[in-house]
Amino acid sequence: MNCPDRNRRIAILWLYAATAVLCAAAFIAPTVLTVANSLMKQSELDANYGVLYSSGKIAARNVNLKFIPDTVTFSQYGTVLLKSPDYLFKFWNSVILVVPIVVFQLAVALLASYGFARWRGRLREFLFFAYIVLMLMPYQVTLVPNYLVSDWLGILKTRWAVWLPAIASPFGVFLLTKYMRRIPASYREAAQLDGAGSWQIFRYIYVPLCKSILYSVGILLFLDYWNMVEQPLILLKDAMKYPLSVYLASINAQELGIAFAAAVIYMIPSGLLFLYGEDYLVQGITYSGGIKA
Amino acid sequence: MKCRVKDRLTGLAFLSPSILGVFLFFVLPFGVFIWYSLIDSPMNRSFVFLENYKALLQNGSFLLAAGNTAVFSAVAVPLAVVLSLLLALLLESGIPGKSVFRVIFLSPVVVPIASVVLIWQVIFHYQGALNSILVRVGLIRIDWLRSSCNYLVAVVLFLWKNLGYNMVLFAAALGNIPKELLEAASIDGAGPFYRFFRIKLRFLSPTVLFVTILSLINSFKVFREVWLLAGDYPLEGMYLLQHFINNTFGRLEYDKLSSAAVIMSLAMMAVIGILFLAEDRFGKDVEN
Repeated sequence: MNCPDRNRRIAILWLYAATAVLCAAAFIAPTVLTVANSLMKQSELDANYGVLYSSGKIAARNVNLKFIPDTVTFSQYGTVLLKSPDYLFKFWNSVILVVPIVVFQLAVALLASYGFARWRGRLREFLFFAYIVLMLMPYQVTLVPNYLVSDWLGILKTRWAVWLPAIASPFGVFLLTKYMRRIPASYREAAQLDGAGSWQIFRYIYVPLCKSILYSVGILLFLDYWNMVEQPLILLKDAMKYPLSVYLASINAQELGIAFAAAVIYMIPSGLLFLYGEDYLVQGITYSGGIKA
Repeated sequence: MKCRVKDRLTGLAFLSPSILGVFLFFVLPFGVFIWYSLIDSPMNRSFVFLENYKALLQNGSFLLAAGNTAVFSAVAVPLAVVLSLLLALLLESGIPGKSVFRVIFLSPVVVPIASVVLIWQVIFHYQGALNSILVRVGLIRIDWLRSSCNYLVAVVLFLWKNLGYNMVLFAAALGNIPKELLEAASIDGAGPFYRFFRIKLRFLSPTVLFVTILSLINSFKVFREVWLLAGDYPLEGMYLLQHFINNTFGRLEYDKLSSAAVIMSLAMMAVIGILFLAEDRFGKDVEN
């Protein structure tokens, strides 16, 4: 019978929904525009954006932002994939840099978190705390030491200089340890009674139980390293080995269409992971929350 | 007894690859860095104690970079925390299509910065899309990328990229607040503001702490956007610590690099320590 109250509630909900739609538009627009631009002809792009790359400021003319191309063409993709080996080469560089990091960081982290989760002690607590502190340090602090060691080891300017520090990075250990510490000790004790050794407990109890969090951590790591700019910039110092994320910064006007197509191609791997693994991603983010837990 | 020793050794064996890597790539060089920061140069190893630090703190470009980075973080981090909390509240407010909105808000987390940097240029260029809108509604054009406004651009790009991640953290934390408590408060006549500030916020305080720390770390990563937009030497207002480090790398000035790294890590630890203490005070009574 309290009609005004109900109306007010509905009005508020509408207000919320409208706000959400506005926010959503702002969040999605840059991505949608990039995709839309990648489907335009070079001539259309020139007409829309030519003014950005002409020298001098012509105040009368402006960029023309369009969400829907006049004519949809996949020719830019054709050019990237077939005619300009540079982009494809840099894409391959990205894959070569990122995939080993994800796989081996997960492997190292799995072993280490088992070590942290199964055996507890004051030394381990201290070590784990040190890992957390290290994890919280920004690149600006850790990159310089990484550079120094790579120099000593003689791996500077090779891919090893990016791979090795990233594989040793403590993020995966942190998340997996938190997860493994929740596995009840009774599982392990039961297996021990049956005569299972440490490795067997790890292999047949801990690893299978960690499957979903492994996907989560893997996705988070992939997204992070797929996006990296600082590490290759400093540790590789060789334009031939730069990933596409660095290379895309050096684009000029004639190549605008190709650049948009390359940008979209660069989104595809992380986009697919997102599409198929959104729940894992959300789980991983949720799990990363709370340093104290 | 022998069995226990063996057990301990197995435990260590599992840890060893990770510890080896961490020690080799992070702990050891950092120790060397502390040493480097105290000596004249790696060639001439005379002990100069705090001279390098003094020199660094009088170095114009370091001070500029540190100041810019600090101001950026001081503006961007609180915004990131508050806006992502609002976004999470919006998502959990019972609007239809929640899962669609979640995907959209989260999508910038997934999109590589390098992929959208072209679009940012198109939008924020002097003759770009934003200015053409401004002109149309009768305002003046602003040179977003090449004036002090580039600060604003960096904040916008930072928020676009990071709000989704933080929002998921807050949404999860909101879901963990005991419903009975909120209902009981409602029955007792507590309004939405009272419920938010007196109940929800207290339960959220560990998440607020974490999101703040995370955003702080991520705010240092805004270098990426700035570098992709403006290159090695941006305008003075956007010259960040990472630019300073990159450019010092080029000249291999270890005295500057090492003392800068030590000062930054000390500052970072201090800020994180303060945040922990603050959270300890504020959220103590609701934890467990």
